[in-house]
Amino acid sequence: MSKRITINPVTRLEGHGKIEIFLDDSGNVDRAFFQVPELRGFETFSIGRPAEEMPRITPRICGVCPTAHHMASTKCLDDLWKVEPPPAAKKLRELAYSTFMVEDHFLHFFFLGGPDFVVGPTAPAAERNILGVIAKVGLEIAGQVIRVRRECRQILETMMGKVIHPVFGLPGGVSKGLTEEDRQKFLQTANFAIDFAQFALQLFDDVVLANKEYVDLILNDAYAHKTYYMGLVDENNKVNFYDGMVRVVDPEGKEVAKFHPRDYTQHIAEHVEPWSYITFPFLKSVGWKGFVDGPASGVYRVAPLARLNAADGMATLLAQEAYEKFFETLGGKPAHATLAFHWARLVEALYAAERMKELLEDPEITGLHIRVVPTQTPREGVGIVEAPRGTLIHHYWTDDDGILTKVNLIVATNHNAAPMAMSVEKAAKGMIKNGNVSDGLLNMVEMAFRPYDPCLACATHAVGHAPLEARIYDNEGHLLHTIRN
Amino acid sequence: MAKPKVAFYWCASCGGCEETVVDLAEDILKVVEAVDIVLWPVALDYKLKDVEAWRPGDVAVAFINGAVRLSEQAEWVRLLREKCSMVVAFGSCAHLGGIPGLANCTTREEILANKYHRAVTLDNPNNTEPQVHATVNGYDLDLPVFWKDVKPLDQVIDVDYYLPGCPPPARLVAEAVGAILKGELPPKGSVLAPEKSLCESCPLNETKPETIAIKAFKRVATSTPNPEECFLVQGYICLGPATRTGCGERCIRGNMPCRGCFGPTPGALDMGTKMLSALGSLGEANTEEAAHALADTMVDPLGTLYRFSLPASLLKRRVP
Repeated sequence: MSKRITINPVTRLEGHGKIEIFLDDSGNVDRAFFQVPELRGFETFSIGRPAEEMPRITPRICGVCPTAHHMASTKCLDDLWKVEPPPAAKKLRELAYSTFMVEDHFLHFFFLGGPDFVVGPTAPAAERNILGVIAKVGLEIAGQVIRVRRECRQILETMMGKVIHPVFGLPGGVSKGLTEEDRQKFLQTANFAIDFAQFALQLFDDVVLANKEYVDLILNDAYAHKTYYMGLVDENNKVNFYDGMVRVVDPEGKEVAKFHPRDYTQHIAEHVEPWSYITFPFLKSVGWKGFVDGPASGVYRVAPLARLNAADGMATLLAQEAYEKFFETLGGKPAHATLAFHWARLVEALYAAERMKELLEDPEITGLHIRVVPTQTPREGVGIVEAPRGTLIHHYWTDDDGILTKVNLIVATNHNAAPMAMSVEKAAKGMIKNGNVSDGLLNMVEMAFRPYDPCLACATHAVGHAPLEARIYDNEGHLLHTIRN
Repeated sequence: MAKPKVAFYWCASCGGCEETVVDLAEDILKVVEAVDIVLWPVALDYKLKDVEAWRPGDVAVAFINGAVRLSEQAEWVRLLREKCSMVVAFGSCAHLGGIPGLANCTTREEILANKYHRAVTLDNPNNTEPQVHATVNGYDLDLPVFWKDVKPLDQVIDVDYYLPGCPPPARLVAEAVGAILKGELPPKGSVLAPEKSLCESCPLNETKPETIAIKAFKRVATSTPNPEECFLVQGYICLGPATRTGCGERCIRGNMPCRGCFGPTPGALDMGTKMLSALGSLGEANTEEAAHALADTMVDPLGTLYRFSLPASLLKRRVP
């Protein structure tokens, strides 16, 4: 008897993301579908708008990572008007962006991803959340998590007007500079963030790496995919969130492409399936071969693990040390273990915190020259940043007056759509045998998609983990069993 | 006495409204102490049948964010209306349609065509399009149906109060929750924010002269505003005169003009016409030719004057 399992993580992507798992006649997993009912039509309703309004319109794609859309859009405007922002403006943008990465990464680690490890993958569901983390690490540390997040968000509000949906980026610069008084205040936050990031890595060491069971779980083949990886790198091939070239490595870690953001259409294509509103990007040079990994499949991954794999290292001292230890422990580069996304996120948080400090100690950061007014006729522009959840692409075309005529957006979670479906399927196949569906399935499945920190669950990384419900039907649609975590 | 029960729900939204609740920080703990949260998909496990089992009036208040564009969302909010004594439209999208409401400038067919048939990165040789019902390898898969347009909450259900903003500031949320708990509420249908325009609380208001004479509208793309002078005086469109205050003037303090996320000033029926009328008195155009010349310098009036309020405006939507 074939069965259908519907897993409904109640999400914020239009409120509903859905995973359907189908069992064959013997009760083993045949296929899994990760469905996204996301379609608000930003690409279409932006047409006719003045391009300079896009940094204020596109953050509404996601209220948890509005800063990423704001920044990709702002960089797209630089390219559209072919204007180079003054050094102070570039540094202010990267400072705001690094601050955002710090708070967002910590939020995910402690509130959403971390509970699986800090509390434990087999802990009761009721404890596997931020409250469980607090119980394990203590109130004092929990207070520090809240403090680092609050201080970072205060910096963003001061610099960008609004922390949720900023008003900061302009073609050729930014709307607001930094005072010396604020610089000194923000420097204290940066120092605290560096200390806290090191503490978080130490916590990962003590709680996760010291526990053989956890390490085995991370390295378990059920949680691995040998895919291509993509991420932005600087001129030394180090991880960069704000700017650089897009680098792609193959499943062996060999560079197969390194391209300017403007050339992304030569490298990325989107596959369409009839059962999801999300498209499935793949590498054009390799081709779409379906939901499979390996060098013959164009499926690639983005976000923290992918960025570390696609780069040669980190541009700051402490993060580089953490980076080396990361690959040493995981048995070399690239690392394919999906659960290692969580660790990679902490390495990146440390880099972002160190970068905050570097930028705040740069005398140019308080410079008054923060805008170059565009003079050229706009036509077409591309802007790419690394959002917390991966490579984010904004591409605009306008008429001579800068009124949008066409828009193409490939958002971070978009790139990982196929890998997430594959990870869910693989974990389900590892768990469900001969029709036996246990409660453990749910956390196994959650643990397969949670590392990607998908945007459809991004609200949950602030307050807990996504509730899941599995409904098992017989082949006539009768509900046989309901499991909730 | 049992604590009052509170429900949170979302529709077509970005999650910024959920984040603003989280930004209450310590205050959220006070809220949790004072009420029982019985539905919050982002944080708590629940089932539709749990909500169905509530008796009407069991739940004191539902905060609903996001606009409505799926039939499934409409079913949810109708159910919540039936069960909850009070419904608060939370944030610009539920209040007015919000930025996703700009989709009412276009059509569902255009959205699908751009997304699945025209985008430069597509590789879609068979012209596949997502289907409400699809069969893959013999397996049936469903997707929700999209309405042809976006609606604010009060076009679908009766709404008691509105909490404006994109997103509403945490402080305003805390005040509103406090007022509800104490039962100190204005008349039904009120917007829970000050009864003044943004200009009246704007830090740049004192730079505004007696009369403003705009000769041509400017854009931030091709010029840089002076952050210490009223944007309208400089010729930048700022929706301050037509917009309700209460936002903390966050955009103005970020050196950028207002785009109207708090919705129309008290008593104004339609934000765009209110702003146009304000601009009419601020523009320097004594002849019809001069008026046309001035109007020609304003780009995208629809998307600017109705940035957050198109579905709730007199215009509502494009007629295909």
